[in-house]
Amino acid sequence: MLEIRNLHARIVDDGTEIIRGLSLTVKAGEVAAIMGPNGSGKSTLSYILAGREDYEVTEGDILYNGQSILGMDPAERATSGIFLAFQYPMEIPGVATMEFLKVAMNEQRKARGEEPLKIPEFLRRVKEAAASLSMDIAMLKRPLNVGFSGGEKKRAEILQMKLLEPKLCVLDETDSGLDIDALKIVSEGVNALRAPDRAFLVITHYQRLLEHIVPDTVHVLYKGQVIKSGDKSLALDLEANGYAGVIGEAA
Amino acid sequence: MNMHTQPQRTPAETALIDAFGDRLSLLPGDGAVMLKRDDAIEAIKHGLPTRRIESWHYTDLRRLLNAVPDFDPAAAVKAVAPIVEGSAVLAVLNGVSSAKLPDIEGVTVQRLSEKLTDGSIAPGLDSYGSDDAIGALNTAFVADGYFVDIADGAELAKPIELQNRQAGGQTHVRLPVRVGAGARATIVERQAGEGAALVSSVSQLVLGEGAEVTWLIVQEQPETATHLAQFKAHIGKNAKLTLFVMNAGGKLVRQEIMVRTTGEGADFTLRGINLLAGDTHTDVTMVLDHTVPHTASTEVIRNVVTGKARGVFQGRINVHQYAQKTNAKMACNTLLLSDDGEFSTKPELEIFADDVVCGHGATVTEIDHDHLFYLMARGVDEKTARGLLVKAFVAEVIEELDDETIVEALEAKLDDWFVTHG
Repeated sequence: MLEIRNLHARIVDDGTEIIRGLSLTVKAGEVAAIMGPNGSGKSTLSYILAGREDYEVTEGDILYNGQSILGMDPAERATSGIFLAFQYPMEIPGVATMEFLKVAMNEQRKARGEEPLKIPEFLRRVKEAAASLSMDIAMLKRPLNVGFSGGEKKRAEILQMKLLEPKLCVLDETDSGLDIDALKIVSEGVNALRAPDRAFLVITHYQRLLEHIVPDTVHVLYKGQVIKSGDKSLALDLEANGYAGVIGEAA
Repeated sequence: MNMHTQPQRTPAETALIDAFGDRLSLLPGDGAVMLKRDDAIEAIKHGLPTRRIESWHYTDLRRLLNAVPDFDPAAAVKAVAPIVEGSAVLAVLNGVSSAKLPDIEGVTVQRLSEKLTDGSIAPGLDSYGSDDAIGALNTAFVADGYFVDIADGAELAKPIELQNRQAGGQTHVRLPVRVGAGARATIVERQAGEGAALVSSVSQLVLGEGAEVTWLIVQEQPETATHLAQFKAHIGKNAKLTLFVMNAGGKLVRQEIMVRTTGEGADFTLRGINLLAGDTHTDVTMVLDHTVPHTASTEVIRNVVTGKARGVFQGRINVHQYAQKTNAKMACNTLLLSDDGEFSTKPELEIFADDVVCGHGATVTEIDHDHLFYLMARGVDEKTARGLLVKAFVAEVIEELDDETIVEALEAKLDDWFVTHG
C-alpha cells in the first residue's frame, strides 16, 4: 500500500536535511510502528506523507498504491485516502467543528464522485462516532479544537479519522498528552478501524501505546533513516534497553 | 491687504454648489432649517476636505469624489424583504419616504420631510465641527427620511429595518431615532442600491436611561456608488448600545461613527466587518467620547482586503477629565489577501482622567498556513479551505451577537459577499 523509496527531504526555509535515504514498505492491513529518539525525523515523515509545503523532497519517491504522491497537494492526498492524525491539532477559531466535519466529509465524497451526505445521515454518523469515543456532542458545536484539552484534541482527531474512513492512517504521537483512560479510548477507536484494506503508520516515542495498538512491524528511525526493522518484540527490546544499543549496532 | 485665495473648485464641488441652487426651491424646511442649509452649503463652498485635514488624512474626499450624479427621483426602485424575517420595514426609496407608515406598538413614526417643513428637526441639524463634510452635505440637501420614537419601556419583538435604497442619482437621508427609558429594540439600517449614486445618510440615535439597542448597519452599495454616512449616538445612564457595521460594497465609502456616553453606567460595543474588494476605498472613522464616570466601551473591527481595495479605520477615544473608571478597549485586525490591497489603521486615545483602563491593538495578517494545511489535510481543496478561513475570521465577530436570527441573517449576507467575491 505504501512504499517509501530512498527518500531524502529537507526544510524549505533553511535547507536542513531531515530525511536522509529512508525506505519503508507498509502492506494493506498492516500496523507499522515507527519509533525513534527525538529529532530522528518521525514527525517530519508524517508531515511529508500528508504533503506539508514546509518540506521539500530532493530524492527518492513515495508510492501509494503504486502511484507517486509527490505531485499531489494535501487535499488530493487526503481524498485519495491518506489521513494524518496530528500530534498537535490546530485550533481554528471561527470554524465550527460540525461545519468543518460536514465540509470535509462532503469534499472527500465529491472527489470520489459520491453525493453529499444528507443532514440526518451526517448527524447520525457523527453522533455514533462521538459516542464510541466517549465525546460530548456539545463539544462539536464549538470552534474547531478551540479550548479543547490535549486529550479532547486527540479524540477529535480519531473522530475525524472514523468519519473520513481513510485507507492509510498516519498517527503522529497520538499517545502524547493522554492519560491512561484516554489512551485506552483512543486505542480502542483505532483498533476498531483495523481492516484488511487499511494500513496504519503509528509514530510513537514510547512502547506504551503499542501495548494497546499492537503493531505487526516495528521500525526504528534514526537521523532520517530506518536503521532497524522487526516485529513487536523490537519495541519491547527498545523499551528495556533504550535506543543506544540499536543505534550502536547500526553505526 | 488680505488676499484669500481659493483653490480652483473641482468638478464635484462645482456640481454640488450648482445642484444646491437648482434644488433649493424643492427642499423642505422652515426658516430655521433653511438657515442651517445655507450655512452647510457655505462650508462646502470652502472646499471638500483634503488629506491636509487630519480627520480626512487617509480619505482625501476632494480628490476621491470625482463625479457627482444628478438627482433622479423618477428612477425605479422597490423595497426588498428585510434581512430578519418579520421586521417592520421603513423604506426610503430614491430619497423619498413612504406616506404609508406601519403600525408598530410603542413606536411613533413620522416622515422626516414633515419635520423639516415644520422646522421641528432644525436643532438636530447640528454640525460636528469644521471638518464635518458629511454633516454639511447632508444638512444642505436632506429632503426626507424617518423620525422614529420608541416609547419608554417599549420592548420591540421584531426589528425595525430602515431601508435606504436608490437607483442611481443623489439621495440625502436622515434617520433620527429616539429610544425611551428602559425600551429595547433592534434596528437594522440597510444601505443599498444600483447605479452611480451619491448617498449621504445620517442616523441620530438617543438612548434614554436603561435603554438597550442593537443597531446593525448593513451597507451593500454597488461598486459605482459613493456612500457617505454618519451614525451619531448619545448613550444615557445605564443604557447599552451594540452597534454592528458591515461594509460589503461601494466605490467610495466613509462611515463615521460618533458616540458619546452621557450617563453613568453607559455601555457601548462596536463590532465592524469591512469586506473590501475591487478598486474601492472604504473608511470607518469613529470618535467616541467618554464624558462621565463609570462607562465602558469595546470596539473590534475585522477587515478582509482583496483586489486593489483600500481600507481605513480611525478610532479615536476621548476620555474626558471627569470620566473616571472608564474602561475602553479597541482592536482592529486585517486579513490582507492581495499584494495590491492596503489597510490603514489609526487608533488614538486621548485621556484626561487618571483612573481609567484603556487599550488598543492592531494586526495585519495573511491566512495562517498551518490552519490551511490542517483543513487541506482533511481533503478540503485549497480554494474552499481559504474561503472557510477568511469567513471564520469575520464570522467570529458576528457570532458575538447573541441573537441567533440576527447572526444567521448576517452570515447569509457574508455568504452573499463570498459568492460574488470569493
